[in-house]
Amino acid sequence: MCETCGCGESNSFSIRKPGETIENNSNHTHTHTHSHLHDDSEHAHSHSHAHTHDYNHEHQHHHEDSDHAHHHHDYQHKHSHGTEIKVETDILHKNNLIAERNRGFFEAKNIFALNLVSSPGSGKTSLIEKSIKDLSKDVNFYIIEGDQQTMNDANRIEAAGAPVVQINTGNGCHLDADMINKAVKKLEVENNSLLIIENVGNLICPSLFDLGESKRIVIISVTEGEDKPIKYPTMFQSSNICIINKTDLLPYVDFDINKVKEYAHQVNHHLEFFELSVKTGEGMDKWYEWLKLQVS
Amino acid sequence: MHELSIAMNIVDIADEETKKANAKKVFEIELEIGTMSGVVLEALEFALQEAVRDSVLENAKIKITEIQAKAKCLNCLHVFKIEDLYSPCPNCNEFKTEIISGKELRVKSLKVE
Ligand SMILES: Nc1nc2c(ncn2[C@@H]2O[C@H](COP(=O)(O)OP(=O)(O)OP(=O)(O)O)[C@@H](O)[C@H]2O)c(=O)[nH]1
Ligand SMILES: [Mg+2]
Ligand SMILES: [Zn+2]
Ligand SMILES: [Zn+2]
Ligand SMILES: [Zn+2]
Ligand SMILES: [Zn+2]
Ligand SMILES: [Zn+2]
Ligand SMILES: [Zn+2]
Repeated sequence: MCETCGCGESNSFSIRKPGETIENNSNHTHTHTHSHLHDDSEHAHSHSHAHTHDYNHEHQHHHEDSDHAHHHHDYQHKHSHGTEIKVETDILHKNNLIAERNRGFFEAKNIFALNLVSSPGSGKTSLIEKSIKDLSKDVNFYIIEGDQQTMNDANRIEAAGAPVVQINTGNGCHLDADMINKAVKKLEVENNSLLIIENVGNLICPSLFDLGESKRIVIISVTEGEDKPIKYPTMFQSSNICIINKTDLLPYVDFDINKVKEYAHQVNHHLEFFELSVKTGEGMDKWYEWLKLQVS
Repeated sequence: MHELSIAMNIVDIADEETKKANAKKVFEIELEIGTMSGVVLEALEFALQEAVRDSVLENAKIKITEIQAKAKCLNCLHVFKIEDLYSPCPNCNEFKTEIISGKELRVKSLKVE
């Protein structure tokens, strides 16, 4: 709940580079506007108009009578208290518009943007850290970290050697296109680079919010249930790539890789897979090959 | 709770449209929500109660039309209702299907005054 205005939404997020403190704690960035129009509050009728005109009644048209006005047939009957507006607008149109702006910006600058989504702890930050360490000669990395709280992930990325900003979403459980728009400006992403956005660890709502990314990657680790793709189908359906991480743990867990791929393919037959272990490096070569191909 | 974000977006759209129409408040809003949109209706209704406070939607009647999700089989072109995103075509058992409706998240109309 927002303390500033008491509205139901805490839209106040912060964007920081490592080491930076929040300049103004009250960066209350509401996009919605409140119109407190309580002047006509007593106006509460129930709109059940019964215009029971007898359309079949006969007129006696005595045409010498020039002021023959069918005043009881008020066809222009202006409903002063009710106009219907056809809206037909996507509820997320604002986000989608900004996402398309981001996409255009990325394309113009030849920035390849990835949106990494997963449950908490599947290894998103670890994958980014290792990729930076192994590929920094070939690839210009820029990272946007999304978490509800803390600078931890941004600090890890900075230590790995890439420019990073941290978005803290507060109560928010996903990143949106507007946050990315602002974060990219702060990051000053250069042309011909790779932008990796680590979304908030959550398999549900990040699927609804287009950030303008080039590709969406969903990560699942082998310590999770193999039925994740059918339990959270919207996420798997909206992704382009599925990374199965922590394969080093396969001998110790009951996780059937073929089964998870089968489920994922049922939800989205376009998904491409990478199986890897960030910890041992197994399978990372294919991932690197793919990454380099995208930014070349 | 992304339903809260969704609800706030609905309030924003209603607010804009009401201003454009030089109206003061909305007495009815009609929404179309697909059964595979990723939004839970009960959660949305709950979030809306919160979100409409002090807005043009405060006393509006909220009409929600659910849109049944349908998919088309890419093998036999059969069109069928779906209750999930992972079931095969009931006609030929093919998993390669494409959703043709049911993803809607839309403000359809407003009645303002
Ligand atoms: N065994 C094993 N552990 C791994 C692997 N990759 C990551 N981990 C561990 O998994 C834990 C979570 O990794 P993170 O990279 O922080 O995961 P995350 O997805 O960024 O987590 P959130 O940001 O909290 O959602 C850490 O303890 C990592 O060391 C792997 O390939 N194998
Ligand atoms: Mg992380
Ligand atoms: Zn507020
Ligand atoms: Zn507010
Ligand atoms: Zn009326
Ligand atoms: Zn969310
Ligand atoms: Zn297809
Ligand atoms: Zn079929």
